[in-house]
Amino acid sequence: MAIVKNDSLIEQEWITVDAEGDLPSSDENLIVPLARFKKERDSLLGRNGGLGVQLNPGDAPEDLADDLDRLSIITVNFPAYTDGRGYSYGRVLRERMGFTGELRAVGDVLRDQILYMHRCGFDAYELQVEGEVALNKVRAALKEMTVYYQPTGDGRATAQSLRERRRAAQEQKAS
Amino acid sequence: MHAIQTSGNCIRNTTTDQYAGAAADEIEDPRPYCELIRQWSTFHPEFTYLPRKFKIAVTGSPNDRAAVKVHDIGLRMHKNDAGETGFEVIVGGGLGRTPFVGKTIRDFIGKNDLFSYLEAILRVYNRFGRRDNKYKARIKILVHEEGIDKIRELVEEEWAQIKDGSLRVDDAEIAHYIEQFAPPAFEALSDDDADFERHKAENRRFANWVRSNVIEHKQPGYAIANVSLKPIGGIPGDATDSQMELVADLSEKYSFGDVRVTHEQNLVLPHVKKADLFAVWSELDKAELGTANLGYVTDIISCPGLDYCALATARSIPLSQRISERFGDLDRQHDIGELKIKISGCINACGHHHVGHIGILGLDKRGKEFYQITLGGDASEDAAIGKIAGAGFSEAEVVDAIESLVTKYIDIREDGERFIDTYRRVGMDPFKEVLYGDR
Repeated sequence: MAIVKNDSLIEQEWITVDAEGDLPSSDENLIVPLARFKKERDSLLGRNGGLGVQLNPGDAPEDLADDLDRLSIITVNFPAYTDGRGYSYGRVLRERMGFTGELRAVGDVLRDQILYMHRCGFDAYELQVEGEVALNKVRAALKEMTVYYQPTGDGRATAQSLRERRRAAQEQKAS
Repeated sequence: MHAIQTSGNCIRNTTTDQYAGAAADEIEDPRPYCELIRQWSTFHPEFTYLPRKFKIAVTGSPNDRAAVKVHDIGLRMHKNDAGETGFEVIVGGGLGRTPFVGKTIRDFIGKNDLFSYLEAILRVYNRFGRRDNKYKARIKILVHEEGIDKIRELVEEEWAQIKDGSLRVDDAEIAHYIEQFAPPAFEALSDDDADFERHKAENRRFANWVRSNVIEHKQPGYAIANVSLKPIGGIPGDATDSQMELVADLSEKYSFGDVRVTHEQNLVLPHVKKADLFAVWSELDKAELGTANLGYVTDIISCPGLDYCALATARSIPLSQRISERFGDLDRQHDIGELKIKISGCINACGHHHVGHIGILGLDKRGKEFYQITLGGDASEDAAIGKIAGAGFSEAEVVDAIESLVTKYIDIREDGERFIDTYRRVGMDPFKEVLYGDR
């Protein structure tokens, strides 16, 4: 397993805990499933270590609206690459709710989906392969396409915006 | 030509009216909007792993030839009270094992707002569509289970948050797409052509073909010519290599190089001068492509069925051939008028039997093929799902059953009524009686 973020391999600094059971010591950085976060919110926020939440398919990212600035990381679980709900969660978190922390895709994260995830606001990917292999997969995936048809919150220029820019330049030249 | 998003649980290629850009009855050419939808949906990062596949159809005409009410999303172009052109948005239609006519989620969406509205629908579907059962994963099931009002509420709530964002398409951008589908260089012609009229008067077979296969064009002096791939007793939708070569040559010579394939398994030459129709028909006729049966009882949509398809439970093609032979007489067909028979060889409904005026579904009962008949289906703007008439028929019985339905219709029809009109007026019972008697 390897985590790629910002064109680098990064260390796993987080412990993802289950929906129930004992928590590690108060200093550890924890990622808890949304359901547990909702149930144990106050005690979780009172711990010393960092806090993150994991969204699973069927969860509502809107449930985190009041706590986004308290979360350093949100992981979105893709139990199978075919379950695409996480893409919508990514866009809602970034584009609507303004989440600026790390948004990490975990689970069945494969090369072919990484560009789509990136376009939906993800900035970190936990792959099931190791080290350089993972890094190279992410690098290749992010270079897969150069022009995009549809706008998302990723800021990439679309074919439409390039045309608009060209039209504006022509108008300026003409005047 | 490409095969992007032709499979997988993504937004598939957008379909539209086969007469787009040519039909006299269209409000506006729908193809620029189809192209915008194609681009918006191609490699869409959020909607490539939906619960199930997703199909969008657009009609620019009030006479719906694109079956928009039996698609995941159907868009019907129309004008609002302010005179602006936009779309009625219909959602949750579909055929297959659980057929539904789509429901209107919004009466009118302006062109500039179309994409944010589509994105809102798709986001709601992606988040809330069922993923636990492949057969319940299409948006039609979500709409059916939650109700259109609930889905509308979710979509409107979603849309309110994105409608003023980057998906708004401005008029200059729309103009760019309209330019891509600029009409070909039509000549300024009178709508009447003396030679065309003379050929019709002199040649009855040509006149029949014009009556059934030629559709009114928006440009004076031009016409839309349909090439029937349903020769009497032939395999529906088949064309040989030399027939395809001929149609390609005719399209280059007479139709600005444009030839289209229809979901009704025929071909269209969309822009033929009326003055050239006789020449076009003569060439088609020599190649057995001049059958004058568009929309008639022998213009049957048929899936490949058990002869080719691994999913099929019964044969479709041989049955459609036998029906075609039974009703082969052209005078009789023209007398019967519009009658759409559609045959599927399994419940996946690739032959669209649910929306056939007469639908036939081939099933397997203990190793024997039998055929269930549905009546009253319609793929047009008056879309309806056909109702099962009763017990199925054996392969030997089914053609006689169809004939008895047609005979009954001829007996009881009123002036100008098509089969479907008569069915709507009298209901199932008279037809059931001829099929089953006291059974």
